[in-house]
Amino acid sequence: MTKLLELRSVYAGYDNKVVLQDVNLTVKKNDFLGIIGPNGGGKTTLLKVILGLIKPIEGQVEFNNIDDNLIGYLPQINTIDQKFPIPVREVILSGLMSHKKLFGKYTSDDKEKAKVLMQQMGILHLRNKNIGELSGGQLQRVFLCRAIISDPQILILDEPDTYVDSHFEMELYAVLDQLNDHMAIIVVSHDIGTISSHVKTIACVNGSLCYHDSNIINQEQLKTYNCPIDLITHGEVPHRVLKKH
Amino acid sequence: MNEIIELLSYNFFQNAIGAAILASISCGIIGTYIVARRIVFISGGITHASFGGIGIAWFLGLNPVLGAAIFGVLSALGIEWVSKKTDVRQDSVIGILWALGMALGIIFIYMTPGYAPNLMSYLFGSILTVSNLDLYLLSALCVLTILVFVFMMRPIVYVAFDEGYAQTHKAPVQFLNYLMIALVALAIVLNIRVVGIILVISFLTIPQTIANMFTQDFGKMILGAIGFGVLGSLLGLFMAYEMNVPSGATIIFSFVILFIIAKIVQLSLLKLKRKES
Repeated sequence: MTKLLELRSVYAGYDNKVVLQDVNLTVKKNDFLGIIGPNGGGKTTLLKVILGLIKPIEGQVEFNNIDDNLIGYLPQINTIDQKFPIPVREVILSGLMSHKKLFGKYTSDDKEKAKVLMQQMGILHLRNKNIGELSGGQLQRVFLCRAIISDPQILILDEPDTYVDSHFEMELYAVLDQLNDHMAIIVVSHDIGTISSHVKTIACVNGSLCYHDSNIINQEQLKTYNCPIDLITHGEVPHRVLKKH
Repeated sequence: MNEIIELLSYNFFQNAIGAAILASISCGIIGTYIVARRIVFISGGITHASFGGIGIAWFLGLNPVLGAAIFGVLSALGIEWVSKKTDVRQDSVIGILWALGMALGIIFIYMTPGYAPNLMSYLFGSILTVSNLDLYLLSALCVLTILVFVFMMRPIVYVAFDEGYAQTHKAPVQFLNYLMIALVALAIVLNIRVVGIILVISFLTIPQTIANMFTQDFGKMILGAIGFGVLGSLLGLFMAYEMNVPSGATIIFSFVILFIIAKIVQLSLLKLKRKES
């Protein structure tokens, strides 16, 4: 399988504080990775290292087969200024900014690409609306378009559950499933949050990174574990328990 | 009416109108950036800090506007730099420079032998004594601002909207931030002549806020801000002449009147829309 990104013995942090120790992670072409972990455990730091926003204190970050600009990024909703005077179509176009020089023109091809994407996501009718007029779900689709308009090979979603109230974002994960055919996807989620069963592998980040290669436990095996948490919901909820580490 | 025609034949009044229009253009553009990026407080700080430059220049026998420009740009870059590279709160840095600049300005002006310059004209504006040199400077500023925004509108807006995201695209964020804040400082300093230090921030915020009531598009907001700026400043100009009151005050007063009218119009339009649906 084509390796896209590899982190080898990465140590990362800020000023004098090391937040991540000895992180090893490989992201391959059709991966669908869920990253979970407590706040302060280093999830954000790990993302910043992958996105190239901070350099690791030690260790290597290696990209194979991709320009390191081709990472699609959907940030948390609290980083967005919804009062800013910018319409939806411009937000999506800005996903192409790494392909443009400072004085570069945005061609009609670019605009057409944005239009097609908006159509696919069902938000074409919102293209002239200011982002402040959108619902959480609509906003999320706008930023997803922004993230994928440059045809990235890795797509990173930072806590997508902050956009919409319900935990089971069926629509979003249906879209991600389709996208997973031609890009690796990384979803960062809360600690003991619900992470969709669409996710193929899981990495726990808390100071270091522990990788779980689809360790699916079925209902029978569940009975033998003393699960300290009860999941309460309506109907059936598939869930998995990971090996202790 | 005859009085107005007579007024328009005077050179000083023609200059005043020219200054009002040029100020509206540069402030309309830069002000939209300031309001959108939420750096109104920083701009206020730069404005008052630049008074220090006026005082120091006066003391050294140099052109006060030049002093203001240098001091203003340095304060602007300083605020941007300190808040990014140190752990001092940006708020606090602005507050410190705000007061320091004013204090320095006053100290140096009073330390200068001879009479103190007409401080009122720097604090409250003196559009009726605008010289040809002032007009050239204001025109140059307009041309520079227009060029910067015509050629780099999208990167400027995209970085202002979501700096963190722009950084993941390796956009020239630092360059753009420093360039824009320097442009903000220049716009402020050169427009002090027209509206004065106390009120120049209003020229950079009120017309933009009015425009924002009717459009959410950055480019259209700029045009709207320029339009309301021209309207308000021309009204204020006539008022200043009639009442013999500093132009800064009358121009800002006109802006506020326009704001109130616009708000009423906006709310009425909303009510009409609701009735239709």
